[in-house]
Amino acid sequence: MTAPAELSVAALDEHRDEAAQARFDDLIAQDSRIEPRDWMPDAYRKTLIRQISQHAHSEIIGMQPESNWITRAPSLKRKAILMAKVQDEAGHGLYLYSAAQTLGISREEMMQQLIEGKARYSSIFNYTTPTWADMGAIGWLVDGAAICNQVPLCRASYGPYGRAMVRICKEESFHQRQGFEILLELMQGTEAQREMAQDAVNRWYWPSLMMFGPPDDESPNSAQSMAWNIKRFSNDELRQRFVGMLVPQAEALGVTLPDPNLRWNEEKQAYDMSEIDWHEFHEVLAGRGPANAERLRRRREAHEEGAWVREAAAAYAAKQAARKVAA
Amino acid sequence: MSVDQVALAEELAGSSAGAGHVASADVAEYALRLGDDALVLAQQLGMWISYAPELEEDIALGNIGLDLLGHARTLLHYAGTATGRSEDDLAYFRDEPEFRNAWLFEQPNGDFAHTIARQLFASTYLYELYGALSSSTDPTLAAIAVKSDKEVDYHRDHAIQWTLRLAGGTEESRRRMILAVVDTWPYVEELFADDALVERLAAEGVAPLPSSLRPAFDAVIARVFAEAELEIPTGRTAFTASGGGREGRHTEHLGPMLAEMQVLARAHPGASW
Amino acid sequence: MSTPGEMGTEAWPLWEVFVRANRGLSHVHVGSLHAPDADMAVRNARDLYTRRNEGVSIWVVPADAITTSDPDAKGAFFESPAGKNYRHAVYYTKSEGVKHL
Repeated sequence: MTAPAELSVAALDEHRDEAAQARFDDLIAQDSRIEPRDWMPDAYRKTLIRQISQHAHSEIIGMQPESNWITRAPSLKRKAILMAKVQDEAGHGLYLYSAAQTLGISREEMMQQLIEGKARYSSIFNYTTPTWADMGAIGWLVDGAAICNQVPLCRASYGPYGRAMVRICKEESFHQRQGFEILLELMQGTEAQREMAQDAVNRWYWPSLMMFGPPDDESPNSAQSMAWNIKRFSNDELRQRFVGMLVPQAEALGVTLPDPNLRWNEEKQAYDMSEIDWHEFHEVLAGRGPANAERLRRRREAHEEGAWVREAAAAYAAKQAARKVAA
Repeated sequence: MSVDQVALAEELAGSSAGAGHVASADVAEYALRLGDDALVLAQQLGMWISYAPELEEDIALGNIGLDLLGHARTLLHYAGTATGRSEDDLAYFRDEPEFRNAWLFEQPNGDFAHTIARQLFASTYLYELYGALSSSTDPTLAAIAVKSDKEVDYHRDHAIQWTLRLAGGTEESRRRMILAVVDTWPYVEELFADDALVERLAAEGVAPLPSSLRPAFDAVIARVFAEAELEIPTGRTAFTASGGGREGRHTEHLGPMLAEMQVLARAHPGASW
Repeated sequence: MSTPGEMGTEAWPLWEVFVRANRGLSHVHVGSLHAPDADMAVRNARDLYTRRNEGVSIWVVPADAITTSDPDAKGAFFESPAGKNYRHAVYYTKSEGVKHL
């Protein structure tokens, strides 16, 4: 057993072994993988803990806007799909917390950081889900953007992170499709249903583009993450790729993407689009989104109300173990 | 293998066993009872997701809820063949007095101990029921029961594990578990009540008499309670609720639950989702 | 040296999960989870890691019960097999063209 203190001392002690740094650099240069017991620079470890735990928190907080509709899903089939999807998200959070845990931080510690408001998660989940069509828009746009971000992460240089992402990407393949299907059903339905779908797309389109993060020239950590093979493509590259996929899909759905300036630029071989409202992004990030307080309150409540159950199971396990020793 | 190459199993169990088979009025009424039990319980377990005491438990309760929702869909689908209604017609467009679930299933989640007590009694009953129903002379009911029985076997195991841990964990968890048993026990009786419908079905070998399932239920609960050092309530706290769910009379919990479940579907009658 | 992850500070310890995908195959490490004891660990593993028919059998092992080789000693620990080519069938070339060998 290795105490966290011991791990971080080892990580800080960069003089201990220059050969270790050379081996790390070598593995990165070969596009090989770093595994938990390998020596790694302290900054690499910290960057990963921050990124993986934020990612895990996003999965867990991300359950809320959708679990909001489980009880009201308009058909039993949709109810089953939504339950399975939200349940998957708990699983994805678990895979990611486990990956972060191999870097020397406990899940309990990460959970504390989250409920005390000290950790970040994807700001998209601070938006609310007033209508059923939001279940479609989240699947199509938010999960779609997430998949764009996540597929390259399957090759992240840190082994446990990459492996968690492989599992997550495989499971997420149904998330985006079910969202698309919800919207398609709505667009083929009544006038009220079509309006509901378009309204949801209007509300989720821009926030989903913000999920790729600030523009490349304002993204402070990107360069280092790319050098370490954690990140493989820049924010703007991924955003372009995503929009490129959305345009024909929106056409198939019959919805309008809410950007009058969106058009293909043959010369640049890329889409021109309106300026993203980064002010809104920073406002939501700073805690002034529609549901920041609600999301944290609910997570805190679940965690605190579950404490007696977790303690009970631990106490029972201890008693059983003692009984076994005595027998 | 790509995600598009996964072989998919039958979504609604029994739908091929009874392909094109129309339930008789009696069988439909019976399937409605079982389907409503499963639906109402699934609806409540769905509320736990993102609220469970630990992430692993979010997933466990989600799995159990999904199993039950699957049972509800197959049973309501079958019940609907008698009157040309779909599973969704039955789930979303019936009012409270038309629901046929027993009262146990509509009792609220409460704290985790109350959910576990409800799960323990419900899944122990369902395990015996589906076990007996597996040899039904009605091939659709038999096929549904075979699949469902394996699933509720796991639900029962989950409930037993947690009953042992809560009863034998801390002082607080034990206090809560005892309270949950006291609060939930009154709804056990109704599960095993016979009436004219089940007597007719039992005579044809379609369904077991609920009363015939009671000894096995009692034996399992007695074993679990012995290990957990729990007692079946006696004396002043030992109530027996009158029941009435099979005739459409319900406790105060079902109405609000259905209002929430049905609100969107009813706002858009005739719409498809 | 034990497997990384177990802190010894959490109420529910960490377990490593191994799943056998089909009869005839080995159990393969799929990830980890938290559980209060072995009975719950194997159930949690079933719920978390076999939701899509991924397995027919599960092992769970307390993370702190696993002993791993020391990666810093990698060179010394795994050097010996290099050069011992006579352990591999391809080393033997004289029999080329002879059947069933």
